[in-house]
Amino acid sequence: MATYLEFIQQNEERDGVRFSWNVWPSSRLEATRMVVPLACLLTPLRERPDLPPVQYEPVLCSRATCKAVLNPLCQVDYRAKLWACNFCFQRNQFPPAYAGISEVNQPAELMPQFSTIEYIVQRGPQTPLIFLYVVDTCLEEEDLQALKESLQMSLSLLPADALVGLITFGRMIQVHELSCEGISKSYVFRGTKDLTAKQIQDMLGLSRPAVPIQQGRPLQAPEQPVISSRFLQPVHKIDMNLTDLLGELQRDPWPVTQGKRPLRSTGVALSIAVGLLEGTFPNTGARIMLFTGGPPTQGPGMVVGDELKTPIRSWHDIEKDNARFMKKATKHYETLANRTATNGHCIDIYACALDQTGLLEMKCCANLTGGHMVMGDSFNTSLFKQTFQRVFNKGLNGEFRMAFGANLEVKTSRELKIAGAIGPCVSLNVKGPCVSENELGIGGTSQWKICGLDPCTTLAIYFEVVNQHNAPIPQGGRGAVQFVTQYQHSSTQKRIRVTTIARNWADAQSQLQHIEAAFDQEAAAVLMARLGVYRAESEEGPDVLRWLDRQLIRLCQKFGQYNKDDPNSFRLSESFSLYPQFMFHLRRSPFLQVFNNSPDESSYYRHHFARQDLTQSLIMIQPILYAYSFHGPPEPVLLDSSSILPDRILLMDTFFQIVIYLGETIAQWQKAGYQDMPEYENFKHLLQAPLDDAQEILQTRFPMPRYVHTEHGGSQARFLLSKVNPSQTHNNLYAWGQGGCPSRGAAEQPSTSAA
Amino acid sequence: MSVNQHTHAGPPYGQPQPGYQGYQQPAYGGQPLPGVPHTQYGAYNGPMPGYQQPVPPQGSVRALPTSGAPPPASGTSLPSGHQGYSQFGQGDVQNGIPTSTAPMQRPPASQPFLPGSAPAPVSQPSTFQQYGPPPSSVQQLSNHMAGMTIGSTSISAPPPAGLGYGPPTSVPPVSGSFSATGSGLYAPYTASQGPPPPSVPQGLPLAQPPFSGQPVPTQRLPTEVPGFAPPPSSTGIGPSSYPPSTGPHPGPPMSGLHGPPPPTHPPQPGYQMQQNGSFGQVRGPQPNYSGAYPGTPNYGSQPGPPPKRLDPDSIPSPQLNELPPQQKPRHRIDPDAIPSPIQVIEDDRSNRGSEPFVTGVRGQVPPLVTTNFLVEDQGNASPRYIRCTSYNIPCTSDMAKQSQVPLAAVIKPLATLPPEETLPYLVDHGESGPVRCNRCKAYMCPFMQFIEGGRRFQCCFCSCVTEVPAHYFQHLDHTGKRVDFYDRPELSLGSYEFLATVDYCKNNKFPSPPAFIFMIDVSYNAVKSGLVRLICEELKSILDYLPREGNMEESAIRVGFVTYNKVLHFYNVKSSLAQPQMMVVSDVADMFVPLLDGFLVNVNESRTVIASLLDQIPEMFADTRETETVFGPVIQAGLEALKAAECAGKLFIFHTSLPIAEAPGKLKNRDDKKLINTDKEKTLFQPQTSFYSNLAKDCVAQGCCVDLFLFPNQYLDVATLGVVTYQTGGSIYKYAYFQLETDQDRFLNDLRRDVQKEVGFDAVMRVRTSTGIRATDFFGAFYMSNTTDVEMAGLDCDKTITVEFKHDDKLSEDSGALLQCALLYTSCAGQRRLRIHNLSLNCCTQLADLYRNCETDTLINYLAKYAYRGVLNSPVKAVRDSLINQCAQILACYRKNCASPSSAGQLILPECMKLLPVYLNCVLKSDVLQPGPEVTTDDRAYIRQLVTSMDVAETNVFFYPRLLPLTKADVDSDSLPAAIRNSEERLSKGDIYLLENGLNIFVWVGVNVQQALIQNLFGVSSFSQISSTLSTLPVLENPFSKKVRSIIDMLHLQRSRYMKLIIVKQEDKLEMLFKHFLVEDKSLTGGASYVDFLCHMHKEIRQLLS
Repeated sequence: MATYLEFIQQNEERDGVRFSWNVWPSSRLEATRMVVPLACLLTPLRERPDLPPVQYEPVLCSRATCKAVLNPLCQVDYRAKLWACNFCFQRNQFPPAYAGISEVNQPAELMPQFSTIEYIVQRGPQTPLIFLYVVDTCLEEEDLQALKESLQMSLSLLPADALVGLITFGRMIQVHELSCEGISKSYVFRGTKDLTAKQIQDMLGLSRPAVPIQQGRPLQAPEQPVISSRFLQPVHKIDMNLTDLLGELQRDPWPVTQGKRPLRSTGVALSIAVGLLEGTFPNTGARIMLFTGGPPTQGPGMVVGDELKTPIRSWHDIEKDNARFMKKATKHYETLANRTATNGHCIDIYACALDQTGLLEMKCCANLTGGHMVMGDSFNTSLFKQTFQRVFNKGLNGEFRMAFGANLEVKTSRELKIAGAIGPCVSLNVKGPCVSENELGIGGTSQWKICGLDPCTTLAIYFEVVNQHNAPIPQGGRGAVQFVTQYQHSSTQKRIRVTTIARNWADAQSQLQHIEAAFDQEAAAVLMARLGVYRAESEEGPDVLRWLDRQLIRLCQKFGQYNKDDPNSFRLSESFSLYPQFMFHLRRSPFLQVFNNSPDESSYYRHHFARQDLTQSLIMIQPILYAYSFHGPPEPVLLDSSSILPDRILLMDTFFQIVIYLGETIAQWQKAGYQDMPEYENFKHLLQAPLDDAQEILQTRFPMPRYVHTEHGGSQARFLLSKVNPSQTHNNLYAWGQGGCPSRGAAEQPSTSAA
Repeated sequence: MSVNQHTHAGPPYGQPQPGYQGYQQPAYGGQPLPGVPHTQYGAYNGPMPGYQQPVPPQGSVRALPTSGAPPPASGTSLPSGHQGYSQFGQGDVQNGIPTSTAPMQRPPASQPFLPGSAPAPVSQPSTFQQYGPPPSSVQQLSNHMAGMTIGSTSISAPPPAGLGYGPPTSVPPVSGSFSATGSGLYAPYTASQGPPPPSVPQGLPLAQPPFSGQPVPTQRLPTEVPGFAPPPSSTGIGPSSYPPSTGPHPGPPMSGLHGPPPPTHPPQPGYQMQQNGSFGQVRGPQPNYSGAYPGTPNYGSQPGPPPKRLDPDSIPSPQLNELPPQQKPRHRIDPDAIPSPIQVIEDDRSNRGSEPFVTGVRGQVPPLVTTNFLVEDQGNASPRYIRCTSYNIPCTSDMAKQSQVPLAAVIKPLATLPPEETLPYLVDHGESGPVRCNRCKAYMCPFMQFIEGGRRFQCCFCSCVTEVPAHYFQHLDHTGKRVDFYDRPELSLGSYEFLATVDYCKNNKFPSPPAFIFMIDVSYNAVKSGLVRLICEELKSILDYLPREGNMEESAIRVGFVTYNKVLHFYNVKSSLAQPQMMVVSDVADMFVPLLDGFLVNVNESRTVIASLLDQIPEMFADTRETETVFGPVIQAGLEALKAAECAGKLFIFHTSLPIAEAPGKLKNRDDKKLINTDKEKTLFQPQTSFYSNLAKDCVAQGCCVDLFLFPNQYLDVATLGVVTYQTGGSIYKYAYFQLETDQDRFLNDLRRDVQKEVGFDAVMRVRTSTGIRATDFFGAFYMSNTTDVEMAGLDCDKTITVEFKHDDKLSEDSGALLQCALLYTSCAGQRRLRIHNLSLNCCTQLADLYRNCETDTLINYLAKYAYRGVLNSPVKAVRDSLINQCAQILACYRKNCASPSSAGQLILPECMKLLPVYLNCVLKSDVLQPGPEVTTDDRAYIRQLVTSMDVAETNVFFYPRLLPLTKADVDSDSLPAAIRNSEERLSKGDIYLLENGLNIFVWVGVNVQQALIQNLFGVSSFSQISSTLSTLPVLENPFSKKVRSIIDMLHLQRSRYMKLIIVKQEDKLEMLFKHFLVEDKSLTGGASYVDFLCHMHKEIRQLLS
């Protein structure tokens, strides 16, 4: 057991890959009987401080349909200077540079510890990173002020040579020209009219002017280099200018009459931002950062009308098909997102408002392009301020934790095919021999584009075993998968990271216990959850739940040991023991339940769920609950109402919220002020301990979680109460464990506790 | 005429009226004879031998003519001693061309008239009376055009006509000495009297008094004098003068006309007026005549013209001789004998310029626009506000139709008054608003009749009785007047203003102060020519002179700035900004205003930001290479800005080129000179798209007035670009081929004046009339959404609306006819006001009264506007024909109904309309109706729109430019030198002249001008060194230079636009342009000379009469 756990952990650390199954069933039939698909969570840019990039081009298999990268799994004939591709078995000559190769003089990519390796390659001109701020001006004065300050501050965080641009919008959209002295210049668009990229470029004067045919006037020096720079300028050049400009930014001056929402042209503003970058810097790393303080209320992409008396759509409206603007708006943003993705740019959405802001409609902008989505109550909160600041955080080696325009290619050995991927990516529609016809997630391709990613960005990739039952794999055969990620590093270098992994095949009939033991229930839970959430986007909620339940039942059927009609006889092996519990909380999670969540919130939660790595995803599925008491050191406790005790302090981390909850007694003590009394210093420490732990989490989490400090009976305690397993309710408060739980939950309850 | 001869066409022409042919009828017809143009051009260009040749002789001739000419003439033609004179005309010809003699021979034919002529003299006495001058009097001018054919005509109308001209000689007999004055042709005038022979007996000799005046008069005086007394009946036109002579004046024949001698007229004035009527000369007759004689030199000048007419070829003359006499027709009408505008103007000036014009009396004809006079408002609006074509309206529509005299009023509601006159008082009737008639909603005015002790009043327009509101009640005195009559402007004055209440405001909200938006074309052309820099510089200072109301400290008007080429740039100049912000709107297809706050600002508050902006604009666009412009979106932008600010306002657009960039309102170059004189010519005046008309509607609805400054280097389709300007009550200024050095003064002065002048916004004007007539047609720069309300987004002090009235019922002589023009507008401070002008007119049952109370200048104003509108829908030729036709009918009606019976060969003009032919001719010759090859389509469209908003004074000088002999100016006095008539023959080579028409000032320098004068004026030593590119006269410290410059300055002050100064050296290229404005001469483009036209009119009239 321990070995598998270690193995899994090692693999994750080295390659950033977690498979649901670490020993693979060797035929299609058996694989399908395993219920949980063969799949993996891949964190393509997992931070590897110990991995020095190599400065040369990878060596590729010469077969045109393969092009796999030379890796430690390949068989090498040092004498003949040949290597055999482990995917297509093509024999390849080493390139001349490898002439000196020998058993003792191996290039890095052949060493087993370099199953993940990163190449720095020279391709095309290096363009600096681009940050285009798209700022809503229909904000309250305070909010705008706070936002302005954040933006001004961010200038100092940008790389000095980064290009920065500014678009502001309200009723109109202004594209600011940043290079003007003496007068600030902007191009203005009305917010009600959708414009094609061509129109936008024409209007901004970006289209290459047809060579003016003016006789007698000598043409000036070609203005080529100038073109793009009017709206996007290097930070170091226009630092002051832009700071002033931001400082002078006014609230949208158009009057908003009583009972109306301000007219906010988010849709067109985004469209212009996309068009601007599309025309100037296609296929280079760029972030469009949208800061909005309310729903789009006019033009294409409008989410709600400007009448305050008509509230923005709720889940109820959507179910009743009452959301007038939703379809159209969604379509608008989807089109934009796809265009952006095609250009390799990403869109961040920072939405801060008490009401919904239309994230539901706009989510695809961030989801398809790998952008961030941040939701807060106000720009004037530390939640936003710190989150925003954290976007520009630097990694261990002093590099920005962001990369752009990644192209992820997956290669598999013959027995496997690729069914699809789920994550912040779009399909590149590359068909190939290793692409399965059955799609899970975004399928039908072996390559995806991830326009923006950071070291945590994690994709779920699903495979299908295609080996026929009657064509057994030779003993000792291994299946291999290679992930090739080409991307633009934050230093603007082009890099390629190659990860090659291999797993053993096992015959499910004879070696089921191996397979069972090699089951990674955490990865499996996350992978299943991703599938479920992915389905939830397009299917009715109950259907998804039913599907999840059925999967769980089938899994238990397959791997559980029980006597028929005897619930108490049910046992699951250790490698499966947590899985049902995950599923239980998943069912209750905001990813699948929309009750009590606005559509925007659901979109927000799902967005993050689809991109975080395994650990964070698990936290999301099943929040962590720590208890602090005088009875011992802090300990994790069950996420159950029974864990709420008067003399405990609880710290709950749901990823999106961090809740510190003081038990009834503790709260009374605190009110009585014991913590201020020297003789009760230990109580003071007890109070402090969860705060410190929370701080630690807050330090690293992106986006900043909502930080809630509450106590027994406090209104905010609802955050905790809504998460815990309601084993104690008003019905069974005095008879706990008597099965007062909702029907299905009950089935798992015993098993979880058993675990 | 000569033309005909050449062509020989004799025969071909023969068709219609041989006689007339002489007149170049073709020209009138509008179908130039092939030959005609030829000669004409030739003449001007100088190349034509014909022209040149004559010239040289001229010099000498001038001197000689008098002496030389006469002799021969007399010899040949005139039996009577006087003939000598008649020949005069001929004499000239002879100088130039022998042929002339031939015609001379004709005279005999005409002779028949002679007899008639004799009586003419009668009038003399009248001359004296004339002093009485009441203008109104109608006089008959019987011009005999040349004794012309007429002579024959009289006998047997048709054939002889041609000869007629020659015949004038016949006159001589009559006037004997007089005839001399008029050259042969003129004789007619004097002669005219002649014709009347028949009348004579009747005692109606002729109005000619003037002409015949002197010589005869003396003799007649006695008789006539008595006659005068009777004249009361003077109604009769000619009669007036005649009556005296005949004594029996009542002469039955006249009766028709006289019969009803309108008792109304105070006899004396009436008379006097009539007398005046007699060709202006009346007064001066004696002096003039005497002058004339000695002045022969003047005549000498005449030769000039004749030669032009003659074809060089004709010189040999053999052929001519062979020609049938008819073809030879020469109108040797003495130009001095035909009605002279100058004379009329001078007379009016001296007669009426000295005393204030008191408006208390109904139906008074005001002094001419050319006269300086003060107005005292005693219940009728000043003529500065309203002028009518006639101050005596026919009672019935039948009469009106018969006379064909259009009933129209030219209204200038916000006219500027001289400082001596008081502005209309502002009356506040409190919360309930102005007191108005319940039914027709007429505003309280002096003509309202208070009844029932003042508790009610009866409307003077619709007779409805309305309760007097309690707060307005006042007792009546014994005469029925309210006791507070003199305390209330609306009861005692013709013009006053009411403060409007909120009910009179759009959306029931008091308006915000208006805004001015400056919209500057920054395309390549504008930048390169320095225009952008110039405008920006100027704006800096001009903004301190925005119109203010009364004594407000600062103007309430806010300003905004836009620049544009293919896209628009708006500027945020909010005072709190450190630097201006520029906002580019490239979405021209769907214009909008990108900002609200900070676009329209108070000048004082944002002074520094504005200054900084104006400094930067030229820099920002210094390197622009954008040549395309948009136009429609520019107006839309301004409109939207005003909408957003919820105020009215004015756009000042500075534009340089045809808007060909892709945008709404995009235009294409559709200029096509080939269309001229075709049925499609009208399309050149029509907008090429309806886009701008629709836009104009929106602008009017918002109160967005558009002033357009154009700086074209090529065709930019003024007809289309001007649509919005025109319909919103704006002004167009056009500076073709703008060059900084030469045009900047003119442009800047125009701009300053345009920005500073008083202006009202969001105006609606309605003209109410007493029952019986109705305003039916409106001309001017405005928009009408219904048939009664004239809507103007902006209305400035120069804009004029001409309103035509038609009968829809009978009027009564007792109550007369009343007009009330009410203008609702927003003042420049944002106050909503009503300006009311009232005018009472007389009504008449006698046509003679109508003719006696007409005003030709106003009539021309109306006719010109009517015609200029006509070209939009009809071929130009049709328009001209209908103009001629209408005038012929007017005159014929007079002749038929009011003039004493006389020979048909006599041209008899009503005194008040004696200038109608000459002015009409000017209208017909104007660029719009008869363009020369050098007149661009844009110019025509520009002029067309310009004229449509002109007031009477402007049309007057525009069509008949003022020609001042500078060298005759009295250096020591403030006065202008006496103007002279617009004919080349009046120019002396030794003098310098100034000609102005409201748009241009020409300074014409003769070749023989003394060097000292040239030195004094131009600062160069010789004629050849004068630069004709000067746009201003150099400032030199000598009396002559000062005088001339002060004259020019004075002229500038009188005109609403800064005129372009053009120096023309005699025999220089530019002289051709100059000659275009000598409107009494035949024009290059085929326009008739005055004399020719007069003959033509006469012919038309005769046709109508027969």
